[in-house]
Amino acid sequence: MLNTLLSGDRPRSLVLTALLLGVLISLAFAPFLFPGVRSLETAATICIFILLVASYDLLLGYTGIVSFAHTMFFGLGAYGVALASTHVGRGWGALALGTLAGALAAAVLALVIGLFSLRVRAIFFAMITLAVASAVAVLVSQLYQLTGGEDGLTYRIPRELTPAFRLGEVFGVRITGKILNYYLIFFCCLALFLLLLRVVNSPFGRVLQAVRENDFRAEAIGYRVVYYRITATCLSAAVAALAGSLYAIWLRYVGPDTTLSFEIMLDILLMVVIGGMGTMYGAVLGAVIFVLAQNYLQNLMGVAADAATGLPLLPELLDPNRWLLWLGVLFILSVYYFPAGIVGRLRAGR
Amino acid sequence: MSQTLLETAGLTVRFGGHVAVDAVSCAFRAGELTAIVGPNGAGKTTYFNLISGQIAASSGTVTLAGQDISRLSVAARCERGLGRAFQLTNLFPNLTVLENVRLVIQGRRGRGFSLFSMASAEFELTDAALVVLERVRLDRLRDHKVAELSHGNQRKLEVAMLIALEPKVYMFDEPTAGMSVDEAPVVLDLIAELKRDSDATILLVEHKMDVIRTLADRIVVLHNGALAADGPPAEVMASDIVQEAYMGRELEDV
Repeated sequence: MLNTLLSGDRPRSLVLTALLLGVLISLAFAPFLFPGVRSLETAATICIFILLVASYDLLLGYTGIVSFAHTMFFGLGAYGVALASTHVGRGWGALALGTLAGALAAAVLALVIGLFSLRVRAIFFAMITLAVASAVAVLVSQLYQLTGGEDGLTYRIPRELTPAFRLGEVFGVRITGKILNYYLIFFCCLALFLLLLRVVNSPFGRVLQAVRENDFRAEAIGYRVVYYRITATCLSAAVAALAGSLYAIWLRYVGPDTTLSFEIMLDILLMVVIGGMGTMYGAVLGAVIFVLAQNYLQNLMGVAADAATGLPLLPELLDPNRWLLWLGVLFILSVYYFPAGIVGRLRAGR
Repeated sequence: MSQTLLETAGLTVRFGGHVAVDAVSCAFRAGELTAIVGPNGAGKTTYFNLISGQIAASSGTVTLAGQDISRLSVAARCERGLGRAFQLTNLFPNLTVLENVRLVIQGRRGRGFSLFSMASAEFELTDAALVVLERVRLDRLRDHKVAELSHGNQRKLEVAMLIALEPKVYMFDEPTAGMSVDEAPVVLDLIAELKRDSDATILLVEHKMDVIRTLADRIVVLHNGALAADGPPAEVMASDIVQEAYMGRELEDV
């Protein structure tokens, strides 16, 4: 049963199993374990980024394709929900329509980009995605009548998913629509993550790894490499769009900065590399560490800076405004000590 | 004699001004093992590349079972029954030995696009792969990464992957190159077995004359990309041109 759920891809390391269980339990009971608006916000962001990073890993880690358009697909899903909720009106139908349209648009766009560039060489694909992603970002900011430009769009989602909706109390925690919204996101992300885990452990997933390892030989034993690359790209884009839709449902706002920015693209890359390329579980650890650092490193540094007052130089170095510096240091250290990512390291070493 | 399965007609490829394979016309029959010999740089591997499609021909055609396959992709030629093992080992280094062979069988059975089933639960693929691995005596190394294998074992796996493909035409490119004296017989016995038990066309690039003498039904000699001699082993080996240019020294050794 568990084996089927995990598609036969067990963590294969005691520490990793413990870490993953810890993450699963923390996220599953987040509203009760960590009450408060900000921690719930962080938990939802972690869920969504786990899914987003996992879908990117399908491309980068398993198929060996570098893409810079992942935030574009993420954004397509988010804007799908936003536009549908704005134009169709508040309601579940709008959410479903926006989500489906976003995922479909992402898959079709990925197909077109793939057909144009993956036939030639995989590296060409990276450049094309960079160009298309920039073009889409400019387009979104220019078409402000439709997209709200740089300000983005705010819209209304069904009342059952908002803080105004009350259901009573459980364990002293008031159950609101926001918590229902969180569980919608949690279970969708969990299901889609398990689906991705199945895809990478399917016969198709094995071919992707073969393509990554040696595309020349994959072709020679009868696999039409281009089709596999394109299918992986479309699948990855569609899942990224679904993650974007969930993000839009959670935030009730979309804008270029929250979904399309190149900064998020870099974050995704870092999360994949820190967690471990070519391991779906790496996406989990990478996203958790990175999002937590993004949200709490500043606080932690504030505390540390206060504790170090009076000492020379240290308080300046630990000033919360320098948090990006320390994030960078963390990243360099993790790449230096865990070149195969945290999961690669845990699975290899004892 | 049985019918022609594979045929090249005027097959030529030019790299800039250099003609690497020069109008080679040759027909290979089912159930026949042809050794392709010639000095280094004679165009043997390039000739293989043209047949299996890694390189596009400048002119000439490749015909398989009566169909012109000159314009088809490598994968499409493979699907029609052209199988190839490589001279420079060409495997999936970070996958296990078992997975390398499984991938071949999975592809042959058209299971590559099955997205939602569990690969580790496809026991019939695993079993079929293990049968092949036993034949090259690599079954005990099934869970090792290919990158960890010795050179000789990688060569054996290279052959195992071609055997797992079960093509109509087997193309071996120096299958025993770099193998130790006690490893080579495993591979040579396998090729002999293939020749005996199947009706496949076998093409074998090989330098060792004793191997050719025991296995080959026919020898094709390439020289500077062109066909220099073609015929039964005894006849070709006795011909002046071969004696002088390529085999004189080796024949004395035997």
